[in-house]
Amino acid sequence: MADLATATRKSALTARGGFSEVVLTPAPAASRLSLRAGADALPGLSAALGVTLPTRAKTSASKGKRHALWLGPDEWLVIDEGEADLMAAAAKSGALHSAVDVSHRNVAVVVSGPGAEVAINSGCPQDLSLAIFPVGACSRTIFGKVEIVLLRIAEDTFRVECWRSFSPYVFGMLSEGAADAGH
Amino acid sequence: MLLIYCPYCEEERSELEFRNAGDAHIVRPTNIAEISDEEFEEFFFLRQNPKGLIFERWRHIHGCGRFFNAARDTVSDRFYTTYKAGEPKPDVAAILKGEQDKGAAR
Ligand SMILES: [Zn+2]
Repeated sequence: MADLATATRKSALTARGGFSEVVLTPAPAASRLSLRAGADALPGLSAALGVTLPTRAKTSASKGKRHALWLGPDEWLVIDEGEADLMAAAAKSGALHSAVDVSHRNVAVVVSGPGAEVAINSGCPQDLSLAIFPVGACSRTIFGKVEIVLLRIAEDTFRVECWRSFSPYVFGMLSEGAADAGH
Repeated sequence: MLLIYCPYCEEERSELEFRNAGDAHIVRPTNIAEISDEEFEEFFFLRQNPKGLIFERWRHIHGCGRFFNAARDTVSDRFYTTYKAGEPKPDVAAILKGEQDKGAAR
């Protein structure tokens, strides 16, 4: 006879406590730039921003507290964890580009611990294994019902960027995923 | 889960990251203000809706954001190939022949 599947009752607030496999930390305020530019503007922009804008899909470049994430063939998300004025820096490049300050549009959650991959994969369809999504890899993708930008900052640590108004949803979903990661 | 190869990300990604954007290789008339209502209807609204091979625009909207083109089978949902926007339409006979050869090898 087939085994019966048994469900274990879980409190509605289970995911509000601590988890053994994952730590979720709201990231401190940062400045952010949504940057669009053609190939000929890249040397000037890279010099002005102090970080080389990557041109390969799913890659990022970091220097100190500043990160440049490839989002598309002519699109980057630049993050400065030191809250530096990125708009002013880009304006000094002398190269044709479009820059929008999205510092307060996004918030980020740092997901770390041995269950970080599982917690994010609870709502994200991308392959996050180290071979396919190594440290430094980044991608705009989907998490549950919302769009996120992922950056792997260490083997067991990701930065999850999402739009501000979606952040309670993202944090809640990550909490559910984190609670399940221990099983 | 259906995986779609994005020619810009150079990787297969989940269908959840993509949106269909209608038929591909529809050329907008250069004299759009002069054409008749019937001609406009033809260009803007009328599509073949074929059973089988179709060329479509797709957008990697929750990924790189780019539009690209795809040859897809409307019956099996199988993507034969995807290619960057602006690249020439692949040869239909070659695509179907390739499928036949794969079928024969199976
Ligand atoms: Zn893509």
